[in-house]
Amino acid sequence: MSGLTNEGGGMNGDGGMGDGASGSARGGARVEASGAVVKGAARPVGSARPVTTPASRMAALARAELTLLGRSKSTLLAAVLVPLVLPLSLASVVEDMEVQDVGLTTGLVLLPAAIGFSLLFGVYSALAAIYTARREELVLKRLRTGELRDAEILTGAALPVLATGLAQSLVLVTGSTILLDIPAPEAPHLAVLGLLTGLAMCAALAAVTAAVTRTVESAQVTTMPMVLVSMIGSGVTVPLELLPDRLASFCELLPLSPVIVLIRGGWTGDLSAYECLRAIAIALAWTVLAVFAVRRWFRWEPRR
Amino acid sequence: MDTNEHVIEVTDLRRVYGGGFEAVRGISFHVDRGEIFALLGTNGAGKTSTVELLEGLARPDGGRIRVLGHDPHADRAAVRPRTGVMLQEGGFPSELTVAETARMWAGCVSGARPVGEVLSLVGLAARAGVRVKQLSGGERRRLDLALALLGDPEVLFLDEPTTGLDAEGRRDTWDLVRALRDSGTTVLLTTHYLEEAENLADRLAILHEGRIASAGTPAEVTAAQPSRITFRLPEGYFVGDLPPLAELGVSEHEVDGPLVRLRTHELQRAATGLLVWAERAGVDLHGLDVRSASLEEAFLGIAREASRRTADAEVEA
Repeated sequence: MSGLTNEGGGMNGDGGMGDGASGSARGGARVEASGAVVKGAARPVGSARPVTTPASRMAALARAELTLLGRSKSTLLAAVLVPLVLPLSLASVVEDMEVQDVGLTTGLVLLPAAIGFSLLFGVYSALAAIYTARREELVLKRLRTGELRDAEILTGAALPVLATGLAQSLVLVTGSTILLDIPAPEAPHLAVLGLLTGLAMCAALAAVTAAVTRTVESAQVTTMPMVLVSMIGSGVTVPLELLPDRLASFCELLPLSPVIVLIRGGWTGDLSAYECLRAIAIALAWTVLAVFAVRRWFRWEPRR
Repeated sequence: MDTNEHVIEVTDLRRVYGGGFEAVRGISFHVDRGEIFALLGTNGAGKTSTVELLEGLARPDGGRIRVLGHDPHADRAAVRPRTGVMLQEGGFPSELTVAETARMWAGCVSGARPVGEVLSLVGLAARAGVRVKQLSGGERRRLDLALALLGDPEVLFLDEPTTGLDAEGRRDTWDLVRALRDSGTTVLLTTHYLEEAENLADRLAILHEGRIASAGTPAEVTAAQPSRITFRLPEGYFVGDLPPLAELGVSEHEVDGPLVRLRTHELQRAATGLLVWAERAGVDLHGLDVRSASLEEAFLGIAREASRRTADAEVEA
């Protein structure tokens, strides 16, 4: 990117080589607010012209999206409140589940479940709706006319929601450590790894879902399959250990399963190296698949 | 040096949509530095399809584009910091304010001018705190223009910049675009307002069904078209009473009751001949209307001719 600065300045030649007055690009004229052309007014050139970087562009976009998130009551409610409240209502159900038989405690079921909800509602569903809304408002098309690259647009727009998801998880960990009497994690790095891959995967899957979603309203429908399948099959509400073996080994392949496995394993510390690698491989495979699908099928403009 | 002369160069450009619809069917043109070039055409003529390719939003299905010497799609990193784009329709989150929208865009543009400065340039400074959803259609167009100007672009793409503006807003935009041109900015705009192309464009191309039907300066494009004289013959007079039309330089005539319509490429000669005859004969030519060819007539003539050609082709087939 650093080459751009000089390139911008390199076009000045036509403005008048050897013409001492030509201190700025294109002969130094500039249109001022009055509409008058002011000759010789400073136009930033060459190294004086600040060049954007991927990070600075994504930050600008993320800032706008954060403002929008703060103004969208329904998204806030679904993304922030639901994941924090839902696990509480599950507590009594889990207590009846005889989880102790498979070596788990109520807390060790509830915490990964709560983080799973946060990923599903706070990140995945919310982001699928945001991507769809921005596409339908032609915001994505507008952004693509500028310097932002496609990946920067999708990442920048996702940052506020990802930060919310991360913050929620920290609140949930703190809360359940205090309220549910959970011991300190045995292998915290696995929990962190699980959470981070979960965030990345949910963002990528949200973009895939947005590709098949026509309106913001229909996003509530198109996100249902992933939410339901994950709640039932990925150990979010029911630990996979309680499922029949055959079903359990299939369910382990679902997108959110490795995330829950890694997070829970972070606390219990009883994952073997094989189980660890297997979970990471499954999570990576889904993320790569989703990214490929986005590159191939994502729609940047509404259907006409 | 090539890039300095032809800032935009388009060769045999084609665009085919998914359904097989050929929106752009092999067009070529170039735009020089510091020039305002207008793509004129009816809805569906292929203007937006063409501009989107120039902006680098999609890859052409055939032909070649060079903007500032680069392929705008493949070489976007080299082109984008130097171009400004105004799309046909907004594309702003409705819940952001004008200032927030501009600030976001400024963060994505190399060498962005101060947000307040650009908003006053388009007359939106007083509306900075207003949400985009509360803006009028014209104000949204002006916000779009402000964003296109944020990076002080060398090349400006304006897709129907004044659609939805009132007469005053349109004139303000024209003044602004002219001032930009005078400061060296190259402007490519699309419009379906003939008046806009005639007033603003240094050169233009009339698009019809994905092809360039006519191109040149507004004067060149209109010069190819005949001028028109219309009048009413008084009672008792017939076309045969006029001097021989061929001698007046009239190339075509139509008679509709007393109404006579003449077309000529030699307006002065035809008009003089007609008026001298009327003076000598002591005749009043009621409803006399003498007008040189306008872009409007050129435009309508091209559309008429093109559809006639299509009809002929269909008859032959």
